[in-house]
Amino acid sequence: MNKLTFRTDNCKGCGLCVDVCPKKVLALAEDVINKKGHHPVTAVNPEACIACAFCATMCPDCIIEVEKGV
Amino acid sequence: MVVFKKPHALSDVPLHYCPGCTHGIVHRLVAEVIDELGIEGKTIGIAPVGCSVMAYNYFECDMIEAAHGRAPAVATGVKRANPDNIVFTYQGDGDLASIGTAETVHSAARNENITVIFINNAIYGMTGGQMAPTSLPGQVTQTSPYGRDVNLCGYPVKICEMLAQLDGPEYLERVTVNNVKQIKNAKRAIKKAFQNQIDGKGFSLIEVISSCPTNWGMTPQAALKWIDEKMIPYYPLGVYKDRSAEKKEDEQ
Repeated sequence: MNKLTFRTDNCKGCGLCVDVCPKKVLALAEDVINKKGHHPVTAVNPEACIACAFCATMCPDCIIEVEKGV
Repeated sequence: MVVFKKPHALSDVPLHYCPGCTHGIVHRLVAEVIDELGIEGKTIGIAPVGCSVMAYNYFECDMIEAAHGRAPAVATGVKRANPDNIVFTYQGDGDLASIGTAETVHSAARNENITVIFINNAIYGMTGGQMAPTSLPGQVTQTSPYGRDVNLCGYPVKICEMLAQLDGPEYLERVTVNNVKQIKNAKRAIKKAFQNQIDGKGFSLIEVISSCPTNWGMTPQAALKWIDEKMIPYYPLGVYKDRSAEKKEDEQ
């Protein structure tokens, strides 16, 4: 199982990670508003994660940590 | 096993950049390179004026805030006084290609042993999206609402091509960060620029083609596409000067 950890309060909801994920793991949480006033990213399909870290590589705010085989 | 985590050299302070701004990616790449080379304790960064004016908050190494455009001049002083330290500047196009052109050209001509990270997003970001020296012909900005007219405003400044004419600089490369592959490539280039300085080779400048979704008036996703469609045809990616490689070729 691979694990994604988000520093949710720093997310600006730009959605670049959502677009770059090859397995459609991520989505913006439309029903949540974080401290900055954005809809933060969340893992809607975490089982599909292959720990490629494309999302973390693309994230301008460095909010994603990726762990493999936890 | 941790595959990806925030580099140590990048501080915990939330970045003030707009959503989707690629400044954050380049900050992280610089921090990753500082981590990998193990030079955090002896690195001194020079922050510019522009969107990245608060870069001094975001790196864990020592930082100096330079007057507008004067970062290479400050870096020259720091490096000459402390040759054992690693000195880099982080500048935008308004800082490096406009008010600071003189400092940039002359520090390159003198082959100062510094590393310059140059963010080119073809617009003045911090002041609200005015036309920059790097704005594309026909590009609509706050001060060119009908598109940049080259008869009136002249042509964009291509820094890498311009500096490549000099005998001075050691390494010049233009990269972008609009997809994962290009980000990996940009990191390789930035690492080489820092390694050149450690090896005492001289002036290295990495121009990073970046996006400005807010002032281009686009979504972050559309801005990354615009880089591919409009920016890269005008600013071709690649290595513009690599004196060490040229020397090797001559020897062979």
